[in-house]
Amino acid sequence: MNVIPLGAFELSLASLLVLLLAFLSFWHRLEIERPLLIAALRTAVQLSLIGLVLNVVFSTVNFYLVVLIWSLMLAAAGWEVMSRQKVRVKGPARFLIGTSSMLVSSFSIMVLTLTLVIKVEPWYSPRYAIPILGMLLGNTMNGVALAMNTFSNLAWTRWQMIEQRLALGQTSVEAIEDIWRESVRTGLIPIINSMAAAGLVSLPGMMTGQILAGNTAGEAVRYQILIMFMISSGTGFGVILSLWLMRRKMFDARERLRLRESFYRVEPVGSKK
Amino acid sequence: MNGLRLENLSFLGRGPYTFAVEPGQVLGLHGASGAGKSLLLRAIADLEPHEGHLCLDQTACNEISGPHWRRQVAYLPAESFWWHERVGQHFRVPPEASWLQKLGFTSEVMDWEINRLSTGEKQRLAIFRLLQNRPKALLLDEPTASLDQGSISRVENFILDYLKENSAPAIWVSHDPVQLKRVASRRFEILVGGEMRELA
Repeated sequence: MNVIPLGAFELSLASLLVLLLAFLSFWHRLEIERPLLIAALRTAVQLSLIGLVLNVVFSTVNFYLVVLIWSLMLAAAGWEVMSRQKVRVKGPARFLIGTSSMLVSSFSIMVLTLTLVIKVEPWYSPRYAIPILGMLLGNTMNGVALAMNTFSNLAWTRWQMIEQRLALGQTSVEAIEDIWRESVRTGLIPIINSMAAAGLVSLPGMMTGQILAGNTAGEAVRYQILIMFMISSGTGFGVILSLWLMRRKMFDARERLRLRESFYRVEPVGSKK
Repeated sequence: MNGLRLENLSFLGRGPYTFAVEPGQVLGLHGASGAGKSLLLRAIADLEPHEGHLCLDQTACNEISGPHWRRQVAYLPAESFWWHERVGQHFRVPPEASWLQKLGFTSEVMDWEINRLSTGEKQRLAIFRLLQNRPKALLLDEPTASLDQGSISRVENFILDYLKENSAPAIWVSHDPVQLKRVASRRFEILVGGEMRELA
């Protein structure tokens, strides 16, 4: 491994840029400086902590420890998906819909990748299992959060149109089909775009990392293609599953719209009045 | 026992309502805004959860699926909503030319853009859209609210013809007591608490 080491000085140089951006936001009253700084701080603290943890986990190969880390990652992703929703399902489902969709899609794809494609021994080797789930979850989370947010927001604002369609005798699936389609697209567009731009505009993060770490470009490329395919299918399945679960909450057994009864709107944090 | 029948229908703390509308008959309904006229129509269209018994001809509401019931018991909301770009996209089969003519349209109307329709045009077209399922009962919420005097009588006659030809019962909500006298054979008033009483 011939990576050039990064020290505190190099990192603080980069952090100056973030501070400059925050100052610019403050100066122009863009009101994005607080979330920006909090997110930057979270990146630094969370990554430093996970670095410590990974050092320990990589040195042992303990199935239960890996499962524990997976669960924490999944819970964090589920929490993140929930907190990005402006219109949420009432009750524990607000957390469980996103979380269970990511569990089903990301976990099954990860297990497939580890056992059938990469064929690591044992399949839960933390050096593979944790980063791969991380990449899958990170992307699935974005897709699921975008799709769920679009779905519930559009339904919330267009409820009269949905009810009009129900009143004309359409089924719940028909009455919400255009919102459904728009939400699935919204969830999948980022990953479709990044697949389309891969190699031309961007060198994806994992591939860059492998090259920086001294791997051959060919090896890095093959891993990256594999990951991209896994990510896009994982995101797609996760998005569809989460919207399907959400739609079930939106209508009752008689296919009446139950939006006001089963969902609530969160006032955006930091909004005035 | 044909017609639309309600027995002890209650919903959202309102009711119970018990009445029947015979085939081909119009029940007129008026009352202060907020008295719950629309709510009653929504409950009968099975868009609001309700208790009690609700049936059309021999079929009870809970014997068939929600969408199936709503295709037969058609609810026309006071404001119509359109989700496609053009009028024709909202129709599986375009309405017969003779129908269109009765409300002052030609078949070109199917190509019109929704954004360019006036409120009155939307209201008249919403009636065609409602009738394309050939419903067996109508729930009409102010079907002529934004129409001029000439169109009002055309729409009234058109709807009454449909009801007569199909022996369909209807509930007709209107702010205009004179209109209800014209179209309805029985008239009711909903009071603010939700209580219903028949007008002589």
